[in-house]
Amino acid sequence: MEIKVLGPGCQKCHETEKVVREALADSGVAANVMKVSDFQEIAMLGVFATPAVVIDGQVKVSGKVPTKKDVLAWISK
Amino acid sequence: MSKSCCSSSKQRMILACSGGSNVGQATNQAAVELTREGFGKMYCLVGIGAGLQGFVQSARDVEEMVVLDGCPVGCAKAILDREGISPGRYVVATALGIEKVKDPQLIVREEDVQRIKDAAREGAGAASPDSARAATASCGCSGKA
Repeated sequence: MEIKVLGPGCQKCHETEKVVREALADSGVAANVMKVSDFQEIAMLGVFATPAVVIDGQVKVSGKVPTKKDVLAWISK
Repeated sequence: MSKSCCSSSKQRMILACSGGSNVGQATNQAAVELTREGFGKMYCLVGIGAGLQGFVQSARDVEEMVVLDGCPVGCAKAILDREGISPGRYVVATALGIEKVKDPQLIVREEDVQRIKDAAREGAGAASPDSARAATASCGCSGKA
């Protein structure tokens, strides 16, 4: 599983990455987590606002920090 | 890039039909100007229409949306309806008294653009200077970098 946390590196981007990593730790799911700050790559994904989370190429959330429950639901599918 | 990140403004997505008529082009110009003025950020309606997943998800997640259609055909709204997304504030240029005319030059009148902009702003709250700064990389930060 590949998880991308999109954002330029602000507080909410860091919070998002933390939530994602906590969810992975809790679930035991193995995933490669990458931070993406490149505007071109973010734009190619069609993301309107960051922070955003992309799992295996699917944008799961845009413009807000997800809850751990959200992330657990996404990675368990 | 992080300088353009932490905006205290509300995320407001602006979608224009940008159609091939004077009123469609007037919505496009209104969306461009509203973006430049910091009212919100114009976004790619065609990406949503194409069903591109990231665009559709972004439209679902946005805090506030303003949709500008040129005429009652309502193409912009129909795209959102198909995705089950509520348009939020909805403006139709012809409903504002702007006439749709057969004009191969697609002349856009400044007064028409202004009328559409006024309707988009009506009841939508004040513009934030931060949102213009964040127009190319808006994020959900509350300014607490």
